[in-house]
Amino acid sequence: MTSGGAAVDISDVVVSYPGSDRRAVDGVSLEAAAGELVVLLGPSGCGKSTLLRTINRLVVPDSGTIRIDGEDVRSSPPEALRRGIGYVIQAVGLFPHMSVGRNVGMVPELLGWERARIDARVDDLLALVQLDPARYRGRLPRELSGGEQQRVGVARAIAAEPRVLLMDEPFGAVDAIVRLALQDETLRIHRALGTTIFFVTHDVDEALRMADRIVVMNAGRIVQADTPLRLLSHPATPYVERLMDAGDAVRRLRLIAVRDAMRAPDGAATQASIDGDGTLRDALSAFLDGVERLAVTDAGAPIGSLGFDDVRHAIARTVA
Amino acid sequence: MIDLLVHVRDHVTLSLAALAVALAIGVPAGVAIASAPRLRDVSLAAIYVARVVPSLAVLAIMLPLVGIGFAPSLAALTLLAIPPIALGTELGLAGVPEAVREAARGLGMSEREVRRRIDWPLAMPVVFGGVRTAAVEVVASATLAAFIGGGGLGEYIVNGIEANDRTETLEGAVAVGILALATQALLTLAERRLSAFR
Repeated sequence: MTSGGAAVDISDVVVSYPGSDRRAVDGVSLEAAAGELVVLLGPSGCGKSTLLRTINRLVVPDSGTIRIDGEDVRSSPPEALRRGIGYVIQAVGLFPHMSVGRNVGMVPELLGWERARIDARVDDLLALVQLDPARYRGRLPRELSGGEQQRVGVARAIAAEPRVLLMDEPFGAVDAIVRLALQDETLRIHRALGTTIFFVTHDVDEALRMADRIVVMNAGRIVQADTPLRLLSHPATPYVERLMDAGDAVRRLRLIAVRDAMRAPDGAATQASIDGDGTLRDALSAFLDGVERLAVTDAGAPIGSLGFDDVRHAIARTVA
Repeated sequence: MIDLLVHVRDHVTLSLAALAVALAIGVPAGVAIASAPRLRDVSLAAIYVARVVPSLAVLAIMLPLVGIGFAPSLAALTLLAIPPIALGTELGLAGVPEAVREAARGLGMSEREVRRRIDWPLAMPVVFGGVRTAAVEVVASATLAAFIGGGGLGEYIVNGIEANDRTETLEGAVAVGILALATQALLTLAERRLSAFR
């Protein structure tokens, strides 16, 4: 199940809604590399969902172009385009009159796959999102919990191996613990399939946890697009600093011991070392100095290693 | 006995014809109202008003316009059946959750596929409820057709009144009652069958 991802090039996109003089999206340009996980972050009404929906043409921009692997999204009929792009929404929107299996197999069905191939694919996908196919295939959506429903929603979105996946606040309606599990699964699927993902959220911690790159939006414009580390360490504007709560995140780092965030020794190259009883704040300083990976020691003996990813995950864990 | 069968046949034929015409007009009308929000309030108000006009009044109005016999009876019963059918169609379609339609479009269904695979199956129980209401009303009201020469079980009642024969009047009333109840039961059963997949 390796389909890979497509590069997405958004160029000068403007969207305005009838009856509103304010532009919902006001001249946004953004490139996503193939396989990148881009988080669109900002308050409600900042244009992040609207921008997302221009990619599968559920919203038609006033001007600007969007290219997927170099091809303008307007060059194929919208239905054909959307069958090649996964789409997950907060309200899930499972078809209530169809079984879980039929829901998951809908895009392959629309694409005219043969029944046997659809059935096999449905079982693979249910297993991928950790739902036992034999138990869940024949159930109706209303018999599932919220978390299970969104797992089905994700499976349905990736059924036809899309190279781009759009997720619009997908885990906003489930509780914190289920949300963490779903985030982990999305990251696992992302690693396994290499799909390019656009992920809309207003939750900073979710953004920090998921993103290769975070695009901070406000009032229809991009305020800053950068890696999580750069956004925390070099917020471009006071708005970003406030939104990211950068000071607070750094304060939080002082409360976490390196030994609680490290991973077991795995032979990865390290450029410096830090004591296991040190805090992640000390580790962050080293990372900002350009260190990639720290060896963690206890009384001089190596007990593990620490990278920035580990710090991010530790931050996310403190708020879950 | 043969007499009864003829009257039942006339009654059912008239009712089925009225329902068929009402479906052909009421369902598209319901679709139109559901897809035109600005039309909605006015149309619904009109439908509710139409619902309270008594069928006998409609028959009386039709009489000078179309004369007597099958045609005016059919026209009157059709007018009676359109509102519940249009209303059921509108309510059923309007009740389809927006998130479900959004997801369907996002997965790459065309508007026609959304209608066929999502809207109609989800709206069907409510649409069918409207049809059932209309059918029962039509069967009961078809009795009045006899007053303007439209035939049917109402003949017993008309004749009974004219001959001052209470037994005959009662026979007609009971027959109509049984037919209406049977219609209700039959359509309820069909509705359950249709909705079994849900």
